[in-house]
This record gives sequence, C-alpha cells and structure tokens, in this order.
Amino acid sequence: MVAIRGESGSGKSTLLNIIAGLERPDGGTVTVAGMTLATLDDDALTVFRRKHVGFVFQAFHVLPYLTVADNVALPLTLAGHHDDVARARVLAMLDSVGMADRAESPPRELSGGELQRVAIARALVHRPSIVLADEPTGNLDPDSAAGVITLLRGRMAAEGACGVLVTHSDEAAQRADRVFTLRAGTLAPQTRTAQ
Amino acid sequence: MNIALGRAVLGGALGRHRGRLALATLAIALGVALGFAVAIINATAVGEFEAGMRTLAGTADLEIRGGRGGFDEALFARVARDADVAATSPVVEVEARIVGRDDALRIEGVDAFRAATVTPALVGMASDPLDLLRGESLFVTPSTLAWLGKAEGDMLVLQVGQREVSLRIAGTLPGTATQRLGAMDIAAAQDLFARDGTLSHIALRLRAGADVQQVQQRLAGTLPPGTVIATPDDNATNLARMTRAYRVNLNVLALVALFTGGLLVFSTQALSVVRRRAQFALLRTLGLTGPSLQRWILVEGALLGALGSLVGIAAGIALAAGTLHVLGADLGAGYFRGALPTLVIEPVAAAAFAAMGIAFAVGGSLLPARDAARAMPAAALKAGDEEQAFARLHHPGIGVVALTAGALATLLPPIGELPLAGYAAIALLLFGTLLLLPQLAAWMLARVPSPSSASTRLALLQLRGAPGAALVSLATIVASVSLMVSMAIMVASFRASLDDWLLRILPADVYVRAAAAGDTGWFDLDAQRALRNIRGVARIDFLRTQSVVLDPGRPRVTLLARDLPASDPGSVLPLLGDTRTVSHDGLPSVWISEAIADLFDIKVGTTLQLPLADRVHPFVVAGLWRDYARQQGALVIERAVYTRLTGDGSASDAAIWLQPGVTVAEFRNGLDAAWPDASGLTLATPGDIRTMSLRIFDRTFAVTYALEAAAVIIGLTGLSSAFGALVLARRREFGMLRHLGMTRGQIRRMLATEGLLVSGIGLKVGFLLGFAMSLILIHVVNRQSFHWGMELHTPWLSLVAFAIVLLALAVATTQASARAALADDAVRAVRDDW
Repeated sequence: MVAIRGESGSGKSTLLNIIAGLERPDGGTVTVAGMTLATLDDDALTVFRRKHVGFVFQAFHVLPYLTVADNVALPLTLAGHHDDVARARVLAMLDSVGMADRAESPPRELSGGELQRVAIARALVHRPSIVLADEPTGNLDPDSAAGVITLLRGRMAAEGACGVLVTHSDEAAQRADRVFTLRAGTLAPQTRTAQ
Repeated sequence: MNIALGRAVLGGALGRHRGRLALATLAIALGVALGFAVAIINATAVGEFEAGMRTLAGTADLEIRGGRGGFDEALFARVARDADVAATSPVVEVEARIVGRDDALRIEGVDAFRAATVTPALVGMASDPLDLLRGESLFVTPSTLAWLGKAEGDMLVLQVGQREVSLRIAGTLPGTATQRLGAMDIAAAQDLFARDGTLSHIALRLRAGADVQQVQQRLAGTLPPGTVIATPDDNATNLARMTRAYRVNLNVLALVALFTGGLLVFSTQALSVVRRRAQFALLRTLGLTGPSLQRWILVEGALLGALGSLVGIAAGIALAAGTLHVLGADLGAGYFRGALPTLVIEPVAAAAFAAMGIAFAVGGSLLPARDAARAMPAAALKAGDEEQAFARLHHPGIGVVALTAGALATLLPPIGELPLAGYAAIALLLFGTLLLLPQLAAWMLARVPSPSSASTRLALLQLRGAPGAALVSLATIVASVSLMVSMAIMVASFRASLDDWLLRILPADVYVRAAAAGDTGWFDLDAQRALRNIRGVARIDFLRTQSVVLDPGRPRVTLLARDLPASDPGSVLPLLGDTRTVSHDGLPSVWISEAIADLFDIKVGTTLQLPLADRVHPFVVAGLWRDYARQQGALVIERAVYTRLTGDGSASDAAIWLQPGVTVAEFRNGLDAAWPDASGLTLATPGDIRTMSLRIFDRTFAVTYALEAAAVIIGLTGLSSAFGALVLARRREFGMLRHLGMTRGQIRRMLATEGLLVSGIGLKVGFLLGFAMSLILIHVVNRQSFHWGMELHTPWLSLVAFAIVLLALAVATTQASARAALADDAVRAVRDDW
C-alpha cells in the first residue's frame, strides 16, 4: 500500500483519477495491470475500472436504495456475474469486514464506520488489481479510522491487491508500505515505511 | 407572517423548479378557464333567453301552454271570462321554414289589440297601422331583418305543407332586438299554417291583488289534458333544467383539468419539499416551528393557485368570447337556437372559480406541507432520508376507504336529477387508487423477474428500493392515463352504440322529410298518396312528429306517430329488453324511450295516459326503445291510432323501401317528376343520415375531447419534467457508478428501463382504473345525465397507440435527462458529499 500525502489542492485526488482512467494526464504514460490507459477509449476505460480498480471514497457513496449486500454486489453485477456466485462472494466479503449480520440492512441504519466497511467490501469484492482510496478516514472518528485502515490493509493483502491511499492523516499514512508527498507536481518519497 | 422568514422557506423553490411550477400553474389556469368559460357561456345564453322570454311575456303573470299541436281555442274564451283574469292574449306559434334556406323562423300569431295590453313586444310597428290586421303582413325583429338580409317592405317566402306562401315584411317588433322572431295576425296565422281552431299558448294578466299561485292552481284543475299553466319564470327554469346536465358535464371537465393541476402541484411540491428537506431541517433546528413551515408551504401552493386562477379567468373570458362567436351559446348542442348573445361576466362566478383554482393548488400542497412539518429535523439533515420523507406520504388506509366508498357511490340514485354520486364515485376511485399506488407498485415490481443485464437489474433494484420519487410521477401517469382511457372508452362506446342505433333506426332505403326545418312543412293525404305512387316504391311508412305534456313540471316530450307493424315493432324500432307485442285490454300500444322510463318512472306493461287532442287516452306501455336523438324523452305510437284519436292524418317524414333493382337516383327522378314544385322536400339515404349524425357527434365531442386531452397533455408534460428533474438529481449516483465501471450506455439503459417500468406500471394501473371509470361514465353518469344506455366498446387501437406514445415519451425523457446528467464527468459528480 502506497500512501500519498500533500496539501489541499496539490493534486492527490487528480493522481488517483489519472490512475483510474477518469482523467487524462497532460504528459507521460500510465500503465496499470499491464494496460496502457492512453490507448483505451471511454468504454474500454470503464471496463478496465470494472475489472481492475476498487474505490473507497471519503463520503462512502453507498447507494441508499440498495441493501448492504446489494451495494457490495454492485461491481459483480456490473461484471455480469451469476447471482449465486455473486451472492456467495458478497457474503464472504461482508463476513471478512465484520458486516455479515447487516447484509440485508438499508445503509441508513449504519454508522459512518460501518458504511466505510461496506465500501471496503465493495472495493474488493471483484478482486481488483488496485484499490484507490481517497481520504477513506476523513469522515470517521479516530477509533473508527484506525479500524478501517487496518481492515483495508488486511483485506487488500488477503485479496492480493495493491493500493493507493490518499490521506491527510498521519496515523493512516503510517500504516502504508511507502509514503510519498506530492508537492508542486512532484512525488517525493518519505523515509518512514510501515512495519 | 414574517416576509424574511417566508423568503428563507420559499427561497430557491421558485427558481429551481420554474418549468414544473409553470406547468402546474398552466394546468390550474386551464381548469379555471374552462370552468369560468362554461359559466360565462351559460350565463350569457340563459340570460339572453330569459331576457327574451321576459320581453315576450310582457306583463303576463301566467301562461297556458299545450303540446306542439296546440289546444282547442275554446279554452281562450273560458279563461278570458275568469274573474281573476284582467287581460288575455292568445297566440299561435309556428316554426316556419324559410324557402331557399335550411332555417326556420319562429312566428307568433297574435291579436294585436289583446297583445297590446299583455305582450306589447309582439305588436309590430308599422307606418300603416292597418298592416297589423292584414293577413300577408309580417313583423320581425331588427336582428331577424339583418339575419335574413331583408328590409322593410321586402317579401319573405315560407313553406306551408308543400306550398310556398309569401309574406310582406311590414315593420319591426319593438323591444326584442336580439331574438330571431316574427309576429303576424293570429287569424291569418291560423288560416295560413292550418292551425284553425287551435292555439299554442295564452298569456294571462291577472287582476290587481290576485294571488298568482292560487289562480295558477285553480286554473290548472280546469285545463284540458296536455295543457299546463306556468309563470314566465317557470319556462326559464325548464330551459335551465334541460341544459343543466350538459352544463354539469362541462363543469366536471373543468374539474378534471383542475384536478390534474392540483396533482401537478402535488408532484411539484412533493419533490420540491423532499429536495429541500435539509434546508427545512436546518430552519427547524434554528427555531422555525412545524406549523409555521407548513403554513409557508401552503402559501407557496396558494401563490401558484392565485397565479393560475388569474391567468385562467382572463383565458376563460377569451375562451367564452371565442366559443360564442364560433360555436354559439350551446357549444353546438342546440339548446339556445336563435339567441344572439352578448357576453355576461359574473364577478361571483369569477371569484368562485378563482377560489377553486387556489383551493386545488393548496390541496395539492397539503400533504407535502404536513409531512414536511412533521419530519424530525435531525433525521432530515442526514443523507438518505428522502425515502422516509416519501414514505410519510403513504396513506393506504384512507385509500381502501376511498375505494370502498367509490364502489358504493355507484349504487346511489341521481341527486337532483344529476349524477353527482357517479362523479363522486369516479373521484373516490381515482383518489383511492392514488393512495394505494405504493402498495400496488411494490406488488407489481416484486413480480418483475430479475433480469440478467446489469443495467436493467439495477433499474429494478432502484425502483424496488427507492420507489418514493418515482411514485410521485406514477401518480400523475395513473391520473392522466385513467382519465384519458375512461373518456376514450366512453366516447368510443357512445359512438359505436350511436352507429348501431342508426343502422337499426334507419331500415328503409331512403328518407324524405317534408321540410328541412321548422314545423310548417308536412305531407297531407294527397301528398302522401303522390309519394306512394312514385314508381319503384315498394313500401312507405309515414311519421308524424308532435310533442305532448306528460308532466306539467317538466319540458314537453316528443310524440312520434309512425306506421309500424304492431306485431313486430322491433323491425323499425331499436327495442330493449321485454316487450309486449300484443296490447292487452284492447288498449293501443306506446313504446317509450329510456329517458321517458327514467324521468317519469314508467315501466313496460303499465298503462300510460296520453293527452291527445285535448283528451286523455290510455295506452299500454308495450316496450322500451333506445333513442339518442331526444334527451327529454320520446314516445312512439301507431300512426293509425294517432289519426283516429286526433283526426290529424298529416305526416312530417316518410321512410321508403324501394322495389328490387330501383336505385335511389331513379326514385329521386321519379319524385322530381311527380312533384316538380316541392322545393322544401329533403331526401336522404341512411348513409347520408349516418354520416351527418356521426359528423355532428364527432364535432360535439371534439370540444370536450380536446379539452380533456389538453389537461392530460399538461399532466404528462409535467410528468416528463418531474422525471427529468429526478434523473438530474441523481448525478452523484451516476458518477459513483461510473467509478465502479458502469458505462454511459449502461446508465442510459438503466434509466430507460426505469422509465419503462414506471410508465408500464402507470399504464397498467391507469388502464384498469380508466376501464372501471368508463363503466361508471357509461352506466351511471351518462345514464343519469342523459337517460340513455350504451354498449361497451373499447377503442383498442387508439389505446395501444396512446400507450406506445406514453412509453416512448417516458424513454425519450429519461434519455434526454440522462444526457444532461452524464454531461458532467464522473469525478466532479462524486465530489459533492451525499
């Protein structure tokens, strides 16, 4: 897991968007999972995200009209997985983030920490190559934040995904393998690495 | 109320929903305009009629009137001698066909000396007073002169029997400027129009101090059968009664438009309130009370209603003026023939319709306002509370009560001869269904099989999980579709039934009428013989049309004396249900129309006392027949019986069956050869009559149908706008889905599926409800309004086309909205917090 730090407006989120193929870089080449994003059109980029990318947002972005399980199943649904296969995978994923008992709950009944666990399950359920997390603890209290980062890192490792974490939080950054600071368009490595 | 506070509550609403608010205002305006226009037209027409009637009645306190054939003039002498009667004026009234035109002029034959004391408006003004007594002199109103394009001194040629007679326009009538009317000497009129020994009515002025009601009651007991005594006001009341059902039906159309407007206000306000829930919650947290918030939202609705009403009142005046100019005072229904009205605008009616417009708009805001006031501020501040807000709009219990009450209301009889319970039943069914929509929609959505495609599956999940916003749109679809479907089925049923009826009522090959208009054209015995002898005629049935008074409190009913086989009357009459082919007790038979059965509560098999030639004759009611031509009711008797009882052997119409191989053209040639001078005759085939009748039907319903369509189109446009707003409000959701790998095409397909599902459910419920409402329209409202039945005919082709257009509209709306919603890139769309 790589953590990106930097001042507001330094371009951290833009970097995530470029990695996801949501924005085009002014220069250079982006290669993710062996694919050069510049060669892909909009639909191909969408399919690339569907297969290879998992997102965790600061504001959770869980659809209020779907149950927790349906929300987690979204990437599988979009990928056209069969219901039974998807269901088993979703339940296993929810179990792994400690939310199995809330599978059929509507999101409005969950706390912020719980919603972010659901978001993590959704980000990993389709076994992406890379997880992009933009301030995933920004809306959480310190205890929940710590739990979420631990969970995210643990699940990424278990699913074999790498990840890029954009954060202002020292605690969160400390859990990453490598930390970079983005300043004036340049990534500078920090010496501190996680255990 | 604090204006600054109001600005805080209402701020943003007017700007953000300008399009939908404009549509809601337009729908309210349409309802108000339609209702007010009907009120203006009616007030103008009835006012004109009453004014004319009052002018003609002069100083008369009472009038004695008979059937169309009149009554024996001996009655005049008897009444004139009555101690309470100060002055009398006998009148013979005819509708004389004007040669060269398909119009008739109403002519009153009066005794100038007597009329001068009672009905001076019927005494002509002439340079030579002796013209008043000259048989060939006719006096007409100034408007008649203009209508005829004639001047004083010109000759006017009229049809009498199959002859032409010329009268000289000797002067004008005073005080009746706007009516089309003529007057002449009574003796000349009796002689000229073959009314010897009969009168149409007698105007009576009572002695000073005489009690009008008492004299009326006393004289009523002495009058011969078939004559009635009434005040001039009673006559106006009778006219108002004749037109009431028609007016009420038009007013109900106005209410439909207002209801659609109210529903649009509801959908606009419901969506607007839900979207502003956080804003309201903040204001509540800052100290705004629930009731105060509710009041401000209602003020919002009232402002919409006031604006709509204002526009509606102005449009109503314009609509009334235009309609009176183009169609006349009765929208072509034929009640106010001859009246040339000037616009009567009643401020009370304007205020009433404006108040209704505001009431409907406030009513539409009531539920959203109440629920906004009840929402807990803390919950409303939290994202995802929208569905809770929509859930508070659900009232299934009231829905069940409304449906039950609606079903029971269909069983109620008319109230004041109006189908008010029928209308209430339709309103209750609609209201109840709308309140049960959440349950109905959930039930239907649960039965939609889970699709394999991701986009359609998400659409289904979205509607199942968050039906609230879609339900507001669904309510508009169901209301619009059900109103459209019910109206379409009713009109199609009526048209098809009318068509069937025309086929049954017109079994002959050709029909000949003695005159195109009025009652001064007829076939005497010689003319009948001449017709019968035309080469190629295999069979000829004659018809004599008269009118009789069955009940002094009601308008006259039509009496049709026709040649018909008593053993098989069904061969020429569209009989319904039980019939008695052989009359019992030796009594002659009478076949009554459905209106007679309803209005006079007469049943088949009973005995009916029929006033003919100043005497009452018992008839046995032998059957019930359908008549779409005469709303006040019609009786059919055998012509031979009529002639025997009245001595009147003349006929007004002839139905002719031609010998095999003889064409209508050959018959026409024979008719022209046998009767070269008969310019007044009109000849028509059943096809001609059918085409003309259906054209009149289509024209009459075109007005009502167009108004209904306008209300529905506004409703559906409002729906499109609401649907579009809902899609735009989901930008962030689409952004997130794009992050997760959903293509723009998939999102568009998802929205199209949602549009199709919502419209499909709306169509299904709307069609079912519309079908139920059409049954009420056909079997309750029409039956109680116009007293005729009809068979159910469903215009499948039109309905399927309507459904396709609606579905296409829904998909087009979602696609247009999707394009706008997906214009932002996914990154920007998710940036805002949820």
